[in-house]
Amino acid sequence: MADLTTDFLGIKSPNPFWLASAPPTDKEYNVRRAFEAGWGGVVWKTLGSEGPPIVNVNGPRYGVIHGADRRVLGLNNIELITDRPLEINLEEITRVKKDYPDRALIVSIMVPCEEEAWKAILPKVEATGADGIELNFGCPHGMSERGMGAAVGQVPEYIEMVTRWCKQYYSKPVIVKLTPNITDIRAPAAAAKRGGADAVSLINTINSIVSVDLDSMSPEPSVGGKGTHGGYCGPAVKPIAMSMVSEIARAPATAGLPISGIGGVTTWRDAAEFITLGCGNVQVCTAAMTYGFKVVQEMISGLSDWMDQKGHTSIQDFMGAAVPNTTDWQYLDLNYVSKASISQEDCISCGRCYAACEDTSHQAIDMSEDRVFTVKDDECVACNLCVEVCPIEGCITMVEQEAGTVDPRTGKTVSSEYANWTTHPNNPSAVPAE
Amino acid sequence: MNSQMTPGLAPARLSNDELDANFADLHAPLDPHEAAVAADRCYFCHDAPCMTACPTDIDIPLFIRQIATGTPDAAAKTILEQNILGGMCARVCPTEDLCEQVCVREVSEGKPVEIGRLQRYATDSLMAKDIHPFERADTTGKTIAVVGAGPAGLSCAHRLAMLGHDVTLYDARSKAGGLNEFGIAAYKSTDDFAAKEVNWLLSIGGITLVTDAALGDGITLDALAGDNDAVFLAVGLGGVNALGVEGDALAAVSDAVDFIETLRQTSDLATLPIGRNVVVIGGGMTAVDAAVQSSLLGAQNVTIAYRRGRDAMGASRYEQDLAASHGVKLLFNVQPAKVGGTDTATDITLEYTAETDGKLVGTGEMVTIPADQVFCAIGQTLTMDGGLAIAGRKIEVSDTGRTSRDGVWAGGDCASGGDDLTVTAVAEGRDAAMDIHATLMGGA
Repeated sequence: MADLTTDFLGIKSPNPFWLASAPPTDKEYNVRRAFEAGWGGVVWKTLGSEGPPIVNVNGPRYGVIHGADRRVLGLNNIELITDRPLEINLEEITRVKKDYPDRALIVSIMVPCEEEAWKAILPKVEATGADGIELNFGCPHGMSERGMGAAVGQVPEYIEMVTRWCKQYYSKPVIVKLTPNITDIRAPAAAAKRGGADAVSLINTINSIVSVDLDSMSPEPSVGGKGTHGGYCGPAVKPIAMSMVSEIARAPATAGLPISGIGGVTTWRDAAEFITLGCGNVQVCTAAMTYGFKVVQEMISGLSDWMDQKGHTSIQDFMGAAVPNTTDWQYLDLNYVSKASISQEDCISCGRCYAACEDTSHQAIDMSEDRVFTVKDDECVACNLCVEVCPIEGCITMVEQEAGTVDPRTGKTVSSEYANWTTHPNNPSAVPAE
Repeated sequence: MNSQMTPGLAPARLSNDELDANFADLHAPLDPHEAAVAADRCYFCHDAPCMTACPTDIDIPLFIRQIATGTPDAAAKTILEQNILGGMCARVCPTEDLCEQVCVREVSEGKPVEIGRLQRYATDSLMAKDIHPFERADTTGKTIAVVGAGPAGLSCAHRLAMLGHDVTLYDARSKAGGLNEFGIAAYKSTDDFAAKEVNWLLSIGGITLVTDAALGDGITLDALAGDNDAVFLAVGLGGVNALGVEGDALAAVSDAVDFIETLRQTSDLATLPIGRNVVVIGGGMTAVDAAVQSSLLGAQNVTIAYRRGRDAMGASRYEQDLAASHGVKLLFNVQPAKVGGTDTATDITLEYTAETDGKLVGTGEMVTIPADQVFCAIGQTLTMDGGLAIAGRKIEVSDTGRTSRDGVWAGGDCASGGDDLTVTAVAEGRDAAMDIHATLMGGA
């Protein structure tokens, strides 16, 4: 079995699967259960300043987008940071860390954007023995209206400032959790780095309304007939999260900055993908909230099996392996030509490829009277839609056209030379090839 | 107290609880979540094979998607627009030979989308609310006589009424419904569904039901043709083929259709006598229905004796397996030679058959098995004689149901063509109605 041990900012954990700061990590009881189930680390649910506890709504806090058979595809929440007294949380963190020295325990913090507030809480957190802190600059609901959470994460200057305070008043690693509710994720990441952050974690949840009750006309979750936007997470947000992670991994200003990947990690495969895009570990919430803590067992066995298969002995072996292959559109090879190919042996003649291509794409699939579907190479632009709508995995594939052959659609010979948009004659700003 | 071992014919071989359980719905209705999951399996195929396979051309992918999106009443309307008896067809259609047989998921994984059960989910949903989703067009002043209130007649009458014509619907029995009411296994139409569906269908208005009126007994084709603008005949097959062997007149030798009818109409299953050893002669759906229900009533041994091989059986493989799962023994390549007994049947002697040059002949080898009750399910015959041209012992009709006589259409089991299924009868009734309408209204 491959070694899943991770060392993230010097913080060791037996595997790269951490629970994200969220309802599952709000209490000693839950966190102990999580560690017993096998989670490598936990980011404790966000602590606020000392004083009267946070108040949550007393109606529903969650809304969901369901797939077939009520599979949870996307989850939205309007819960705030911990609503339990600071002292109790700190006591529990201390006890848990003492009992689980081999696991990572990170404390998430969100206090007002004032130096005094951070100066006050950081020594208390330090005293718990926890391995590090995560700055919650991401929650998009409730706290952001009070100038915290995403309200900070949307202003790079604030991120830099607060991060600096934390590095000043806290001795262990500081992770900055970023909000995706921003135009360019590279700006807040760079700000965090300037402030001295040891790592960034992303994404926090996305502003969202998951549904509207068509009888009461209230957005859901509906609290007494009114709804508000919540934070969206779960499998549906994974593509957005991975794109943002890759941007940070690729940007010169932030390349090499450790990243903890968050956003819809549901299986070992999701985790592996995040890691290949440059993450040192992943954080999970929705999968645990949907299936319970036991899911980590599948993540551990799956990742380990895959690593064995590929000959990877550590997470480090493939960390960031997909980053060099993530590029801008303008650098994609325009001389690469492929064509869809339908395996008649696997085809079940549902005709979905035909409907999709005929109605919405390039009229490149032919349907015979006896329901045999074939690709018209002279029309196929290799868009991949047929591959994706086909219900049978592997039935339709994209086959690369070899260099030297003629593309029947364009009549041109396929070149083995790499050529992209930057040098294309149709590009008004093209630079002629030297 | 009687048991399965009681010799001869005996009622109440099983307890009332057992009988109730045996005659409950063959397939429980889908609940909303089951329906959503089942509907999600549909791929929404382009030009879907299931639609092509449906004799009434129901837009199956569309109605399943309507279920999947939480609008079962809209789904029902999609179904009923093509097949007004969609509720009954959902229960009795041999879907395994029609839509579900060609479902791409059947082809690829041997597990089709459950089209029949989904159809029932949709139609039940609408009918439970007592909604009739169609309205009559402005009256045309045309009158049409429909003879026979079975699936073909009901379908034709409804479509004609919807188009604005005034319909008189005659039936020889005291109740409408035809084979839906009298001829199919009780566990396929529980809770008096056939009668409820007729009432629901008639609620469109414009249809006058006249019962206890048979052709030749109160009404004549000439009179109907003279008094109306058109006549649609859907009289079914009233006669049954006789066994034609020694002993076929013994007591306890009877027609399977009569047995099924009695069973459907009884209010107390425990009063029905059934043999300890029942033998059903035949290979169609009627044979299976009679055999399975004999078993459900508590017969100890039930055998279907069919003169050809399994593949030639009219009943689908699914129906054959259903029978086998109820303990019915399927005996192939045997034909009846003699029913034994003095007053009542005690055994039956069967002769093995072989096919030579496409002809079925007895081999001379005999087998005798106990039989204190014998049901014949060897086909039904047309009994009406209206001077119409006949094709293959049925009324000859065109694609749209026209007979050899102007102004007279026919459909359902009494007419040539089709598979003698409820669903084909519905299609024939509907299509004849459209042709009658086009004919009566001219180019308008």
